[in-house]
Amino acid sequence: MGKAVIDVPPKGGFSFDLYKRNAMLSKDGVQLPPFTKTGTTIVGLIFQDGVILGADTRATSGSIVCDKNCEKIHYMAPNIYCCGAGTAADTEAVTDMVSSQLQLHRYHTGRESRVVTALTYLKRHLFSYQGHVSAALVLGGVDFTGPHLHTIYPHGSTDTLPYATMGSGSLAAMAIFESKYKEGLTRDEGVQLVTEAICSGIFNDLGSGSNVDICVITKGNKEFLRNHLQPNPRTYVSPKEYSFTKKTEVLLTKITPLKEKVKVTEVGDAMEE
Amino acid sequence: MESNNAKPGLLCSPEASQSQRTLYPYVTGTSVVALKYKDGILMAADMGGSYGSTLRYKSVERMKPIGRHCLIGASGEISDFQEVLRYLDELTLNDNMCDDGNSLGPKEIHSYLTRVMYNRRNKFDPLWNSLVLGGVKNGQTYLGMVTMIGVNFEDNHVSTGFGNHLARPILRDEWHEDLSFEDGVKLLEKCMRVLLYRDRSAVNKLQIANITEEGVTISQPYSLRTFWGFSAFINPTPGAQ
Repeated sequence: MGKAVIDVPPKGGFSFDLYKRNAMLSKDGVQLPPFTKTGTTIVGLIFQDGVILGADTRATSGSIVCDKNCEKIHYMAPNIYCCGAGTAADTEAVTDMVSSQLQLHRYHTGRESRVVTALTYLKRHLFSYQGHVSAALVLGGVDFTGPHLHTIYPHGSTDTLPYATMGSGSLAAMAIFESKYKEGLTRDEGVQLVTEAICSGIFNDLGSGSNVDICVITKGNKEFLRNHLQPNPRTYVSPKEYSFTKKTEVLLTKITPLKEKVKVTEVGDAMEE
Repeated sequence: MESNNAKPGLLCSPEASQSQRTLYPYVTGTSVVALKYKDGILMAADMGGSYGSTLRYKSVERMKPIGRHCLIGASGEISDFQEVLRYLDELTLNDNMCDDGNSLGPKEIHSYLTRVMYNRRNKFDPLWNSLVLGGVKNGQTYLGMVTMIGVNFEDNHVSTGFGNHLARPILRDEWHEDLSFEDGVKLLEKCMRVLLYRDRSAVNKLQIANITEEGVTISQPYSLRTFWGFSAFINPTPGAQ
């Protein structure tokens, strides 16, 4: 093999050395490898006191599960949370970015963030990237105008709905919502319905699996129920312990504690994170 | 629907090709949902025949009785379904001519259909259907399905097309052994209602067919009640004006 390291241009920035090769390959019909996606079931519904968001916890890279217990419900503001489906990096980056923008906006206005503000930031960003930022989001929160639930598509269109599902398991989850949703659900009924919808995605869709995360947002209060339900526990553990063949013999064990070079004294206020 | 676009390198060029093959369906029916219950099989299908994105025909019977023991439901190309019915007519006629007191049961018809569908697929000339075959013979209920590529299986509840994504999760959750007739109909109607809300080619005019040891009954067409009165539909963004 040739060089193990790709030459980085001395001034930084992009290297277009492979452009000609890529153009030639795409003319012969070779396609770019696909991005890693989450393959997901995310849902939201409005109940009598606020909004409940739900998500599964499986992240896939092609047909391999790369994270068995990832977090798909992202923090946007103290009263607003957002579930993300699509390319994991895109959902993470876009929700982080808008969360920061919302905080700056709160400092500017001195008021609690509104859900429609988050919605507008997200849709403006996604539309300007013409669908290349592959993030499909379910945004929910409670502000002074009441509870709100929105879906945002990668191209930037949005819907305002009483109940919503996104991701590869959205049809399985929507089947449950369409048959069982009614207005004025109580908190427990709502959590039960969201759990059922996510479980429907977990068990009927191959791109979704593992556990159920729930987030309940009401006026002035939120509950983040991480792994609210774990319907896929690891049941089989081998009764025989693992035994590894002896490789190298240990001749000597000596522990030398590191010597303290600098003594740190905390005076005044503790350093902020 | 799977597309059948062949790359030019794989098959012979269009001018040299002599074969007549179905490239894409024209008039299509949407999902069929069926389940086993205490006394037999219940099957539901709407009466729509779509011509692309137009709902062209609204009184298409997509479920038919076969012989004395079977009920067939089809989604996909309607003309290919009519061809399948002709094949089955021929089959049952020849069987009657034997006059030996035995008639073809659901397992046999299912097996026959599987062979027909798979052989047509091997000739790159499929019958563009997903068929649901249910029946009761000598007290044994049987429910199976064959698709246009010859995939076939037997189960307690089956569905075709969009029904696989929308109805099957509900059936997996709520189906149980020895459903009564009323419970079975309620369950089927639940599935058909979700399909009506979320499948663009669904029509609100459906029939439910029932097959038991005694025989087949196909209901008169009727429509489901739907609910559109959510406050969020009427006023989606209160306070955001």
